[in-house]
Amino acid sequence: MTVRQVAPDPLTVQHRHELLRQMLFIRRFEEKCVELYSAGEIRGFVHLYIGEEAVAVGVNESLTPDDNIVSTYREHGHALARGIPVNAVMAEMYGKITGCSKGRGGSMHLFDAGRRFYGGNAIVGGGLPLATGVALADKMRGDQRVTACFFGDGAVAEGEFHECMNLAALWKLPVLFCCENNLYAMGTALERAQAQTDLALRAESYGMTAWPVDGMDVLAVEQAARRAAESVRAGGGPHFLELRTYRFRAHSMYDPELYRGKAEVAEWRERDPIEALAGRMRAAGELSDEELAAIGEKLAAQIDESVMLARAAPAESVDDLTRFVYSTEPA
Amino acid sequence: MPALGADMDEGTLLEWLVKPGDEIRKGDIIAVVDTSKSAIEVESFHTGTIERLIVGVGETVPVGTVLATIAEQAAAAAPAAAAAPAAPVGPPEAAGPPEPQRARKRPAREPAARAKQRRQPVITSGKAQPAAASPLVRHLAEELRVDIATVQGTGPGGTITRADVQRAAIAGAGVAEPVTLPPQPGVAVTAAQPTPARPTVPVTARQPVTPLARRIAAELGIDVSKLTGSGSRGAVREADVRMAATARAPTQAPAQEREQAMRQAIGRLMARSKREIPHYYLSNTVDMTAAMDWLHQRNRELEVTERLVPAALLLKATALAARQVPQLNGYWEDDRFAPGDAVHLGVAISLRGGGLLTPAIHDAAELAPGELMAQLRDLVNRARGGRLRRAELTEATITVTNLGDQGVESVFGVIYPPQVALVGIGKIIERPVAVGGLVGARPVVITTLSADHRASDGYAGARYLAAVSDLLQRPEEL
Amino acid sequence: MTAQAAPSRRDASRADKSGGPASPAGLVKISYREAMRAAIREALQRDDRVFLMGEDVGRYGGCFAVSLGLLEEFGPERIRDTPLSESAFVGAGIGAAMAGMRPIVEIMTVNFSLLALDQIMNNAATLLHMSGGQCNVPLVIRMTTGAGRQVAAQHSHSLEGWYTHIPGIKVLAPATLEDARGMLWTALQDPDPVLIFEHGSLYGMEGMLAADAGAVDISSAVIRRQGKDLTLITYGGTLGKALSAADELAKDGIEAEVIDLRALRPLDDATFLASVGKTHRAVIVDEGWRSGSLSAEITARIMERAFYDLDAAVERVCSAEVPMPYPRHLEEAALPQIGGIVAAARRAVG
Repeated sequence: MTVRQVAPDPLTVQHRHELLRQMLFIRRFEEKCVELYSAGEIRGFVHLYIGEEAVAVGVNESLTPDDNIVSTYREHGHALARGIPVNAVMAEMYGKITGCSKGRGGSMHLFDAGRRFYGGNAIVGGGLPLATGVALADKMRGDQRVTACFFGDGAVAEGEFHECMNLAALWKLPVLFCCENNLYAMGTALERAQAQTDLALRAESYGMTAWPVDGMDVLAVEQAARRAAESVRAGGGPHFLELRTYRFRAHSMYDPELYRGKAEVAEWRERDPIEALAGRMRAAGELSDEELAAIGEKLAAQIDESVMLARAAPAESVDDLTRFVYSTEPA
Repeated sequence: MPALGADMDEGTLLEWLVKPGDEIRKGDIIAVVDTSKSAIEVESFHTGTIERLIVGVGETVPVGTVLATIAEQAAAAAPAAAAAPAAPVGPPEAAGPPEPQRARKRPAREPAARAKQRRQPVITSGKAQPAAASPLVRHLAEELRVDIATVQGTGPGGTITRADVQRAAIAGAGVAEPVTLPPQPGVAVTAAQPTPARPTVPVTARQPVTPLARRIAAELGIDVSKLTGSGSRGAVREADVRMAATARAPTQAPAQEREQAMRQAIGRLMARSKREIPHYYLSNTVDMTAAMDWLHQRNRELEVTERLVPAALLLKATALAARQVPQLNGYWEDDRFAPGDAVHLGVAISLRGGGLLTPAIHDAAELAPGELMAQLRDLVNRARGGRLRRAELTEATITVTNLGDQGVESVFGVIYPPQVALVGIGKIIERPVAVGGLVGARPVVITTLSADHRASDGYAGARYLAAVSDLLQRPEEL
Repeated sequence: MTAQAAPSRRDASRADKSGGPASPAGLVKISYREAMRAAIREALQRDDRVFLMGEDVGRYGGCFAVSLGLLEEFGPERIRDTPLSESAFVGAGIGAAMAGMRPIVEIMTVNFSLLALDQIMNNAATLLHMSGGQCNVPLVIRMTTGAGRQVAAQHSHSLEGWYTHIPGIKVLAPATLEDARGMLWTALQDPDPVLIFEHGSLYGMEGMLAADAGAVDISSAVIRRQGKDLTLITYGGTLGKALSAADELAKDGIEAEVIDLRALRPLDDATFLASVGKTHRAVIVDEGWRSGSLSAEITARIMERAFYDLDAAVERVCSAEVPMPYPRHLEEAALPQIGGIVAAARRAVG
């Protein structure tokens, strides 16, 4: 089993700019979350996507607005890449009624049914059956959609992963399984949890096409994702991408990171996906420092505004506490 | 017939694959049986020769029925075979389990004959619904030997609280009403707190009474503590209460006794009043046009719940007038008149079961008509619920009796000693009145005064009624 | 094959006063499983979005033969045999429902539902509220429940009461032919997840049902037998025993009112509270284990809202708190039986 070499397709300069902007947007958003969480304005659990931006942005390029996304609790990147307005996401972090889940979900449960973004799932592996079901519905109706399902290396240990791999392959369901292998399931390194750590190989054993991908290279991710999504959409059954990536920060906000060494983190930081793309673009004369700075400022302004709006927004009334336990209107 | 599924009760023999005389071995398939779900092959668990086929093709039999007999060969390793030459096909019915024990089936306690008591019509005393009390409070009442049916509740919705029970216990012992202090750490409870005076009465063991039984007992005025219970753990139940009710018909319920006592008390008071107080009587007809017009105007600006009734104006006028004629406001005691410190207007309130209370609205002359009305309403509610404070019952300086609602035109009442005056107000009616030589119909009311001639004379009385009338001509100033 | 219905499995619909066609000409003889099958068939015919998914529902015809013949009639797209992956296929049902289908997920028995508990609790029950109202889950899960066939500890659970603890789902227990025939359609039309518990002892129950029997409501309890001396409250597989107990008691002049809860969450407590208001005594029959059971919840509600109507403590007849043993006599001793119900009733009446 060899790692496939993904040759970069000729993408336009504008496209690369767009990829860079999106990744930077996620990065700045997450950094802002660190600040707000430390100040006590955001509460609960926050799982940062810093370092993994290339995965969300690259995969998202392969999806149309008609496709579905099911994700995990580390889903800010996917939500923003998908296009859920930053104001709605930030308001959700603040628990306000203008949040994309009306403030009820918080960081781990971002939902946007209109954009076919089905959460935000806090149970490791819990989203896979959901994604399998959504894909099942599409297949039964003959809708040509891809359901992208994001999960981490930790989910590979859960029974649900294996059940869903099998079921999706057996019924040839249009799921794009995107495993974000950042080498750690909370504090447990992959090699301490899996007897066989080649996850793409594991996935292949279920009878589906599976590729490992360099998750720190957004162009590689996009390429692999496009190819896989096309195949899924055309009825080729589920595909599996092992996106090899790394999170630069802790599992969640307060984590002493006793389980990995600083040297390792530093090593991976040298492969920062944003720096990697920016570096290539600079080298190709496609990006100047001024441009980068300008992009950064604009993003910062957008995020600051979202914070301001979130702070000022109202919270849902306590009187509505039991609303939506059951439906009042027929579905 | 073997059991071929957990929920199989019977099967139909579809096919025999052997006939008598065939030799079979353990494990051979010898028949096919149909269950509700599908056809299933039946194997033999014995080696031997088929003797007789008992159940025929197409027959449906319960699980456990012998289908055929097999003559077992004497097998060296199976000495038990000799004891069982004929063995049924298929696994035998689960080896006779001991009779399944009936789960704790003890004969129920002898139900008393009264268990079938027919429901009696409920005898009500005409009073308000008996107040609710929590089990804890009832327990306390039992311990303190307080009949909870006679306790007035001051809790929300009229429920009886521990404090109410304690007060009732103490009141029964003839001790002054204590102030209930919440226990504070480090602060000794005031020594003035008297303990319930019941050292010699032993506390009885707690007798359970069902909630329903209590409720019915309260309605029927029966003392549950005197009943024997027929329920589990000796609990007093509805049936016990109802039986007691029929058995005790001649005796009066405590509620009725209470009523009787009140009547007697009023009777004594009225007799004394008429005996001791030299009454004189005056009456005056008051033109209520201005007052009613003003009232209509005013009410149009107010919420429905805040609207004033004529009584508010009338009461205010009587109170204000009493301030102007102080000889009518106060007490005759020890052969002399003591004026009241303010006008505390006693209002006569009739109780639903019969009986009368006259609690006071304090400082009535200082209150706006709206406030007067609110206080009056509150007094009426509490009077009828039995929740008046003692001060309210004893401090009226002059009393008004308003029977206008009853349709009476004029009232000549009996003064409540030690007060010296009683004002009567009748019904507001339209009368033909001559004003400036012209006859018109106007609303009028007859106000009357019964006064103690020892404290005042007709002149003062007349001034009083005149003042009332004047005040009612300027309603906006009330 | 004719079947003599054992007294404990007598169909209560004859005593059902909830209405229905009266003409004998419009009645058919049918079993509970056949009624359930008819309900599934009707749903598949009327609504393209409906499909049945579960272990052995297709080729095998259903573990309890409920779906026998449906694969042949509707094909493998709509009658889907799944691998033994409860979590995956229940979760897939949730996802498919969220995406617009109306799946009927069959979990073979409630015993295996534990493997899918995470999906049921953390997804099905939660998605609507957690997403701020965006994601409905119009899913129906059917499960067989209960004990009585000596299938031992891991196959004999009655966990309906557990599931009634969870906000966001609805829980039903059809105990009669009408309900087996009619609850499914209503449940499928409901925009929220509905769990239907079918007691294993009821599948063979037979009786007469209106030929045109159709959908019934899934929110009300029904009084199966009127009475004035005490209220017997039960659901599902123990309804028959409760009715038999009522017959026993009637011989001594004790008239029990028997209530079939039908809907376990939300509970129609108005019905049993009114009944207790009339009879002043309550006995609850619940095949679950006593502690923290549905009977405990019902007792609490009676205490909260009908306290002053009670002339005796509420009695409960539940399963003994043991893992269900295999031998018949022990199993019988562990389960609620007619004798136990009668004894409890007598204690209440005195």
